[in-house]
Amino acid sequence: MEFLSFHLIPGIVLGSIYAIGAIGVSLTFGILRFANFAHGATITLGAYLTLTLVWGTGLHPLIVLPVAMAATGLIAIGMDRVFYKPLRASDTVILVMASFGLMLMLRSAIQLIWGVQIEAMIPGIQRPFVLFESLRISPRHVLIVGSAVVLMIGVHWLLSYTKTGKAMRAMSDSPELARVTGIDTEAVIRATWFVGAGLAAAAGTFLAIDTHVETQMGFKILLPVFAAAILGGIGRPYGAMAGGLVIGIAEELSTYAWFGTAPLVPPGYKAGVAFAIMVAMLIWRPSGLFRGRVF
Amino acid sequence: MDQAYGIFLYALSLLTMGGIYAVLTLGLNIQWGFTGLFNAGIAGFFAVGGYVAAILTTPPAAAHLGGFGLPVPVAAIAAMLISAALGWTVAKTCIRLRADYLAIATLGIAEIFRLILKNELWATNGARGIALVPKPFEGLPEPWNQIAMAALLLLIVFALYLALERARLSPWGRVMTAIRENEDSARAAGKHVEAFRVQAFVLGSALMGLGGALMAHYLKFVDPNLSDPLTATFLVWVMLIVGGSGNNKGAILGAMLMWTVWSATEILTSQLPPDWAVRSAYIRIFLIGLVLQIVLQRYAGGILPERREPPPPLARKPAE
Repeated sequence: MEFLSFHLIPGIVLGSIYAIGAIGVSLTFGILRFANFAHGATITLGAYLTLTLVWGTGLHPLIVLPVAMAATGLIAIGMDRVFYKPLRASDTVILVMASFGLMLMLRSAIQLIWGVQIEAMIPGIQRPFVLFESLRISPRHVLIVGSAVVLMIGVHWLLSYTKTGKAMRAMSDSPELARVTGIDTEAVIRATWFVGAGLAAAAGTFLAIDTHVETQMGFKILLPVFAAAILGGIGRPYGAMAGGLVIGIAEELSTYAWFGTAPLVPPGYKAGVAFAIMVAMLIWRPSGLFRGRVF
Repeated sequence: MDQAYGIFLYALSLLTMGGIYAVLTLGLNIQWGFTGLFNAGIAGFFAVGGYVAAILTTPPAAAHLGGFGLPVPVAAIAAMLISAALGWTVAKTCIRLRADYLAIATLGIAEIFRLILKNELWATNGARGIALVPKPFEGLPEPWNQIAMAALLLLIVFALYLALERARLSPWGRVMTAIRENEDSARAAGKHVEAFRVQAFVLGSALMGLGGALMAHYLKFVDPNLSDPLTATFLVWVMLIVGGSGNNKGAILGAMLMWTVWSATEILTSQLPPDWAVRSAYIRIFLIGLVLQIVLQRYAGGILPERREPPPPLARKPAE
């Protein structure tokens, strides 16, 4: 029961957060063909926008989340217009550098506007549900996983049944072919930023509900999110979801006392589990578990 | 008079810190400027160099590994060797990755180094760091120790510059450029691309380790903040891109210039009322990011763009 309450369930929660964050990385990587280092800062921005809306309206974060997602999406489209569009024809490395710079700018803008103190998204302590006398589940965990599943179904619907989603998949498979078929590539790029950044805002809000809001939160989960996207295969949103769950669960299970009484991995190294999985994947199977593309 | 003296000391500190950053940008220039390797883990090699130098030179202490009491130059060379060895291990496993994958992998490896520095208390004293690192020329009277330190840094940077300029113009340097520009044709010309890339990565890592050792001796202290990706990785990248990647002079100029901007804005913002001073610290980072964006969009080559000298004429034996 201790295993379920303190390792597996937190792992699933963390995994859902990573999964939602990783879909955005995977989409931008697949369609714009560069690793977006500013994604972590976008995650932080989304969490702060939700927090501001919660302060302004007094509603539950999950109720105002759609507004925060749309706002983050629009900001991302604006940032694309100013910082990435002029570099569209450049080498991918230049785009990665630009995303580096944007990461610094976004983070310092957030620190300037909201300050660096730690904020709570939902004040107070919540009493966990107790099932079967000892299995404890926190209501906020149920909400996070539930909302993440709703978003994943939404992404599936978008990619499978809408024209925009199909165009996004086409561009991810072959940009030249997509252009020849008459797809408006700039419109698809805008849609990609909107969806990716909106999901980043959701990931940030979920993380803030699980823990708290602070200006480094997005940077801290940037590498696990990259790890999830790479594990799932770049340009494979479904792979990113699975990759996120695997990374999150692996991180939490790594501190369980599998052999004897000591944790398998000392808690101080928990964050290293995701990096280690990622580096190993990059070396031995860069196409990911689900045969994504290696550009 | 006092003010003039203060400005003089400040200029010396700018030269010294700029010099330390110049060692890092020269190292990155070998990796990125010459060969096109996107190392996003500079902070890791830098911090390892700093810790190696600190552990080898500090007096014995119960809180961390130490008590070797080696002289500073020996420790600096050891820091370079250990950083180079780590660089070799990383390069051997990751060098075939494409640019942004290499960036993600090296960023992850640097974060693992950072976790090790934070958690292995027996060796590093964790977050409290290692103090009492000896500083060269500490025995000299007040302005002369600072002058000697700045002069030492300038000498090191100048020596590295001469050596790297030579390397860049040598056949070895031309192979590096060939690999960066067109890997396939370099391979078709019979060059062992992977081996050359590993060499560039190792050489760059060694310089980053040297930079870390110099920083440890200059600040007389190391802690896990040494591996802060903001000041150790991103700032170095901005310096190289602004100065002109592929150009050794540009790398040095970028380091000196951006360090002056970084440090001067700190002085400006500390003049503001306390409430604003805290917040305006973030404006500095915002500006650094903005400078990078402007350079990328408008001056992609940097202030001193890479120059391509024609290869030296072949020395032919006169026909008999």
